Amino acid sequence: MKTYENMVQDLAPREFGKRGIIWITVLSILIILGIVAYADQLIEGQVVTNMRDYALWGIYISNFVFFVATSFVGSVTVALLRLTKNAWRTPLVRIAEIIAVACIIMAGITITLDMARPDRLLNLFVHARLQSPITWDIIIIPTFIVISLLLLYFPLLPDFAILHKYFAKTKPKLSRWYGLLSLKWTGSPAQKAIQTKSIRVVALLIIPAGILLQTIDAWLFSTTYRIGWDSTNFAPYFISGAFVAGVGALISVIFVVRKTRKLEAYITEFHFDRMGKLLVLACLIYLYFNINEYLMPQFTAKKGEEAHLEALFTGHYAPIFWSVTIIGLVLPIIVLLFKKGRKPVPMFFMGLIVVIASWWKRYIIITPTLLEPFLPIQGVPESWHSYFPSMHEWVITVATLAMALMIITLLVRVLPAVPMQRTADEQALVATSKTPEL
Amino acid sequence: MKDNNKKSRRKFLDRGIKLGLAGAIGGIGLSKLSAKLNGNSKSTSKETMELMTTDGTLIQVDASEVQEVSNHRDHAMNYNVREGIPNRKFVMVVDLAKCKNALKCQSACNKSHYITGDNAWIKVYKMQESPDTAPFWMPTTCQHCDKPACVTVCPVDATFKRKDGLVLIDNERCIGCRFCMAACPYSTRVFNWGEPGQEVTLNMDMVNHEPTPEYAGMPSLKGTVDKCDFCPHMVKEGELPHCVTACPNGVFYFGDKYEDTVTNGEETVRLSQLLEDKAGYRLLESLGTEPSVYYLPPVDRLVDFEDGLEEFTEFQSVVKAEKPE
Repeated sequence: MKTYENMVQDLAPREFGKRGIIWITVLSILIILGIVAYADQLIEGQVVTNMRDYALWGIYISNFVFFVATSFVGSVTVALLRLTKNAWRTPLVRIAEIIAVACIIMAGITITLDMARPDRLLNLFVHARLQSPITWDIIIIPTFIVISLLLLYFPLLPDFAILHKYFAKTKPKLSRWYGLLSLKWTGSPAQKAIQTKSIRVVALLIIPAGILLQTIDAWLFSTTYRIGWDSTNFAPYFISGAFVAGVGALISVIFVVRKTRKLEAYITEFHFDRMGKLLVLACLIYLYFNINEYLMPQFTAKKGEEAHLEALFTGHYAPIFWSVTIIGLVLPIIVLLFKKGRKPVPMFFMGLIVVIASWWKRYIIITPTLLEPFLPIQGVPESWHSYFPSMHEWVITVATLAMALMIITLLVRVLPAVPMQRTADEQALVATSKTPEL
Repeated sequence: MKDNNKKSRRKFLDRGIKLGLAGAIGGIGLSKLSAKLNGNSKSTSKETMELMTTDGTLIQVDASEVQEVSNHRDHAMNYNVREGIPNRKFVMVVDLAKCKNALKCQSACNKSHYITGDNAWIKVYKMQESPDTAPFWMPTTCQHCDKPACVTVCPVDATFKRKDGLVLIDNERCIGCRFCMAACPYSTRVFNWGEPGQEVTLNMDMVNHEPTPEYAGMPSLKGTVDKCDFCPHMVKEGELPHCVTACPNGVFYFGDKYEDTVTNGEETVRLSQLLEDKAGYRLLESLGTEPSVYYLPPVDRLVDFEDGLEEFTEFQSVVKAEKPE
């Protein structure tokens, strides 16, 4: 049995080791490369991408959708598991919140990368029109960022107080920062009551906000006439996809954090087992909506829709489509149905596969539809008939992914990756020192 | 209901003209009166003019009292660019039976709008609905829909629908999100992916020209959307759009739905009669976008479809001029 002091020492932020520094350096280089590429795109225009009048959106948009989807993890693990009173969520929620914050911030940044005139960003507010789904996005994304930040911050208050004390002697400067952030938390019943209430409100808010965010994201596409997007199934299809992407990301990040911070005592195999079951549930729901989206239309497919489905099933996009569906969706379901499959290592690989498949899934949602317009593609250069991202697009997109990982890494570096106070409360660890907790 | 509207609009216009006339005459009367009161009659000329008042009585007016005022046409053209030319509803009819892919519409449009990209605003599609049906040539412009999907999704009102039927783009406002392009089912919009590079030709014509949504491509702006604008800059001058006049086969008819008249420059016909006689239809009618462009089916063709194949270039719609070095 661990003592309270042991726990604080285990969970308190620690400086990067050698591997941590290498990791940060690599991410920094990727981000700098991306900034250089973006500067070039600003100067030259989006002619540096491989997007053209038919493939008018590319991986910037699919990457944006991916980020939005992954940010759903906050709503799922924090709010959903909270509402269903699943106590095993405790050591996972902090990381889930961190992923959600990182992804939704990156979603906001990514969407502006696709704007050809970012210098006119203010027009979106000055000339905003409410009937455009983009305006809905502009309302929901900042809202979701604020709610996610609060959901990360409120439960941190007691932890900041603990860290304030923990670092008081060794790092007085850092300790002062934690003290400031803790908002003079003493753990008094009055403070606890306010905190509990605030968390409850934010946790309740993030569910409709998360569902709205995914829905609006789906509506960006389903409000057009395009074959493959004009689907009433799209919003629930996106929500269930976000469920999968979010839990997949959570499992992958948790595995890495657990390993590097040696948190095996806090994040146990039991937790992986539970997360595995959650991922199976997510994948099964997503599979159901995939069947609705791709299999059922076969029966009444109009000419254009038939061509679209054919391109996915047996045509040009078949390799990606089937990889994403079978490796990225069916395989995890099979593996995770077995108890052995829900051990940390196989889970990590399944989580990683799910995340990568989720990214390509968005690609396969965006690109094929754009290249199958109602009127034939004629009178444009041959290269416009297909789309594959250019170097600029890859470098910039990789940089956004690196930035998300950077935000996650830095937050894990300065925040306790597992909630300290909650762990102490739940495991009934009493501080041997004169702390007034409990 | 629609008829009623039309009538009341006409009545309104009618009254406006009458009121204006009455005003002008009233003004003349007043100035005459004041001249009389001041006692300095400068009406030395004995020339008189006969004018009719609004209630139909003829009056004699000294010719020197009649002043020229800016004419009615100029006055009508002083309208809000976002609202459109009052009391007009522009439409186009494309007679597929006459099109033999001469591509003169396309080259005239490319030239007049200084198009430098790789995607022309006017396309002449080689169409064949199914292997069993006859192939035909189908020119497309912007369809200027009455329920434009592009306008609905624009987040900043950069692309807008006018009362005279035109869908135009404010390139000074467009943020380059391309949502309108995704929304348009007719793939009619083109994007300036890079610097348009039209300086050389433009500079000469840009003298005394203010950029306006009524003259798309003059100039094109990097990172914004362009498309066929139905040439309001020509219509304002009482001229037909460039594609209409350029077509050697009289394929394009342009006109006003309220006047129920369209012309291809050679013949002027009743729109409703033409659509009825030749079974006019619109592209992708089932989507409910309500286009302003009508098509007449490719029947009783005078020329073989194959003749058009000579001009057909699958991968090109803008012929690039040699770059002056």
